[in-house]
Amino acid sequence: MRAPTVAPATDLAPRIYSREIGDFDVPKGREEEWRFAPIRKLSSFFEPENWGSVGISGEHDATVEYVEISDPRLSQSWMPTDRPSAIARAQATHAVLVTIAKESVHSSPIVVNLKNAGENNYLHVEVHAGPFSKSQVVLIHDTTGNVSGSMLSILGDQAELTMLSVIDADTAVMQHVHWFTEVGRDANFLGLSITLGGGVIRTVPTLTYRAPGGKGQILGAFLLTGDQFQEHRMLVDHTQPHCVSNVIYKGALSGEGAHSVWIGDVLVRREAVGIETYELNRNLLLTDGPRADSVPNLELETGDVLSAGHASATGRFDDEQLFYLQSRGIPESVARQLVVRGFFVDVLSKIDDPDLSGSLMRRIESKLGIIDHE
Amino acid sequence: MSRLTITDLHASVITEDGDTPILRGVSLVVESGTTNAIMGPNGSGKSTLAYVIAGHPKYTVTSGSIDLDGQDVLAMSVDERARAGLFLAMQYPVEIPGVSVSNFLRTSITALKGEAPKLRTWTKDMKEAMADLQMDPGFATRNVNEGFSGGEKKRHEILQLGLMQPKIAVLDETDSGLDVDALKIVSEGVNRFKESSDAGLLLITHYTRILRYIKPDVVHVFVDGRIVATGGPELADVLESDGYETYTAAARA
Ligand SMILES: Nc1ncnc2c1ncn2[C@@H]1O[C@H](COP(=O)(O)OP(=O)(O)OP(=O)(O)O)[C@@H](O)[C@H]1O
Ligand SMILES: [Mg+2]
Repeated sequence: MRAPTVAPATDLAPRIYSREIGDFDVPKGREEEWRFAPIRKLSSFFEPENWGSVGISGEHDATVEYVEISDPRLSQSWMPTDRPSAIARAQATHAVLVTIAKESVHSSPIVVNLKNAGENNYLHVEVHAGPFSKSQVVLIHDTTGNVSGSMLSILGDQAELTMLSVIDADTAVMQHVHWFTEVGRDANFLGLSITLGGGVIRTVPTLTYRAPGGKGQILGAFLLTGDQFQEHRMLVDHTQPHCVSNVIYKGALSGEGAHSVWIGDVLVRREAVGIETYELNRNLLLTDGPRADSVPNLELETGDVLSAGHASATGRFDDEQLFYLQSRGIPESVARQLVVRGFFVDVLSKIDDPDLSGSLMRRIESKLGIIDHE
Repeated sequence: MSRLTITDLHASVITEDGDTPILRGVSLVVESGTTNAIMGPNGSGKSTLAYVIAGHPKYTVTSGSIDLDGQDVLAMSVDERARAGLFLAMQYPVEIPGVSVSNFLRTSITALKGEAPKLRTWTKDMKEAMADLQMDPGFATRNVNEGFSGGEKKRHEILQLGLMQPKIAVLDETDSGLDVDALKIVSEGVNRFKESSDAGLLLITHYTRILRYIKPDVVHVFVDGRIVATGGPELADVLESDGYETYTAAARA
C-alpha cells in the first residue's frame, strides 16, 4: 500500500492527502475540524457503502459528460483530505465531467442539473477549464437524497471560470461536499456557493494555486431556517507568489434551532510572497434563537504580502435601518426585503444571469417569510 | 392647510434597565407655511420629540396626543405616518448596506405616491434635485448613507425632503456638522422647499447659526423635556447672547 502524503505541519492545512480510506480515522467529534459537526447524524458518511453515483438530468451541453470513475481524464493528482471524501472517491462508480476546451469562449452559462440515484449518493464532479477559456458553469444539486462527495474546479493558464453551486435541499437531507479549486497561472476563478436549505449541510471549499498570478474568489450566501445545520469550512492555501484570494460569506438565519458555522482558514506559505488575501463572513440573525459561529484564521508564514485581512460579524436585524426606511413611507415588509437584498447583494450581484439571481433572491425571501409566494 | 397638534406629550425611552421618562409634557402646534424653531441644550430631549413624532420603536408614549388634521398619529405605524405627510430629517441618518440611493428613493416615492414614478421624468427630477444641493450624480449609485461624510448625509436628508414633499417636516439638527458653505447649500434647499410647498417646518437646533439662513416665525426654548419659553425670532438672538443658562437654572430649581 502507498504511504499517505504527509504535509508539513501547519495548523490549517490538512494533515493527510490520500485516496486510501484507511489512512483516515473515523471522526470522533473531538478533532478540531469536526468539533462543530453533528458526528452521529453523519455516521453513515464515515463507512464505505454501496451507494449510487450522482448523475445528470435533462438537456445538457455537449461539454457535460457522465463518465466512469476510471476515466483517465479525471484528475489523477487530486487527493481527498478527510474520511468522507476518501470514501466517496473510492466508492463512486461514475463522475460528472465538464470539459471547457482550450481557448473556447462560452457566452451563456453551462447549466448542469445533478440527479441523485437514490436515497444515498456519492458525488464526483470535475470542471476542467482549459487554458485561455472563458465560461460559466451552474451546478444545481438535487433536492432530495443524502450526498457525500467532491467537486473539483481546475483552471488552466489564464482560464476564466465562474462556477455556481446551488444547494436547496429538503430539510431531511444531509450533504457533505468538498469543493476543491486549483487556479492556473494568471487564471481567474469566481466560485459562488449558494446554500438555501437542507437538514445537515457541510461544505468544505479549498482554494489553491498551481502557478503564480492566479486570482480566486469564493462568495457564499447561505440561509438557515427551522433547526437546520450548516457548516462552511474553507481553506485558502496560498502556495504560489503574486496570487489574490477574496472570500465573502453572507448568512441569514431564522428559527429556534438553526446553527451555522463558518470557518475561514487562510494559509500563506513561505513561498507565497506578494499575495493579497481578504476574507469576510457576516451573519444576520432575523429572529431570536439561531446560533452562528464564525471563525476566521489567518496564518502567515511570510511577512512579504501586499495585503492580508479578515473580518467577521454577526448581528441582529437592524431596527434602525427598518425605522429609517419606514420613516420614508416604505411598508415594513418592503423595508425588510430591501435590507435582506442589500445584505446579500455583494454575493448575488455577481451572478451574471439576472433570471437566476432573481429567482434565488425570491427563494430566499419566501423562505424568510418576507414574501409569501415563490 | 395642515396642522400638527401635540398636546401634553409624555414619553420615555425604553432601555434594558426600564423606561426613563424624557418628554415631560410637550404642547406644540405646527401649521402649514410656518417655520417653528426648537432650541435647547444637549440632552434636553429634542431628538426624542422628533423620534416620537416619527414613531421610533425605542420610545413609548405614556400620555398626551399627536394629531395631524384630525388623524391620531400615535395610532399609526412609522410608514403610515410618512404616508400621512410627516417627514423627519434625522440628526444621525442610518447606513443601509447594499441599497443604492436611487433604489431607496424610488421605493420611497412609490410608497408615498401609491404608484411608481415614470422612469424618465424620475431620473431627471432626481438629477436636478441632486444638482440643486451640489451633490455629485455618483451618489445615486452609492449605498444609502454608507461612507457619506456628515455633510453629505445632511444633504441627502434634504434631498429627500424636496422629493417627498411632506406636509409637516421635522428637521433634527440639520445644521450640525456642516461648515458654512454646506450650511448655505442645505439652507437654500430647505428654503426652496418652503417656497415650493405650503409645508410646516419644525426646525430643531442647538445653535442660532442656521436661523440666519432659515427664518423662523416662532422660537421655542426646550429644556428638560418640555417647552419653557416661546417667542418670535428675537428670542433666538437672546439665546445667542445669553445661552440657556437662565432656563436650565430655572428648570433645576
Ligand atoms: N437609548 C437611550 N438610552 C438611554 N438614554 C437615552 C437613550 N436615548 C436618549 N436617551 C437620553 O434621553 C435624553 C434626551 O436625549 P435626546 O437625544 O432626545 O436629546 P437632544 O436634545 O436631542 O440632545 P442633542 O442636542 O445632543 O442632540 C438624554 O439624556 C439621553 O441621554
Ligand atoms: Mg438630538
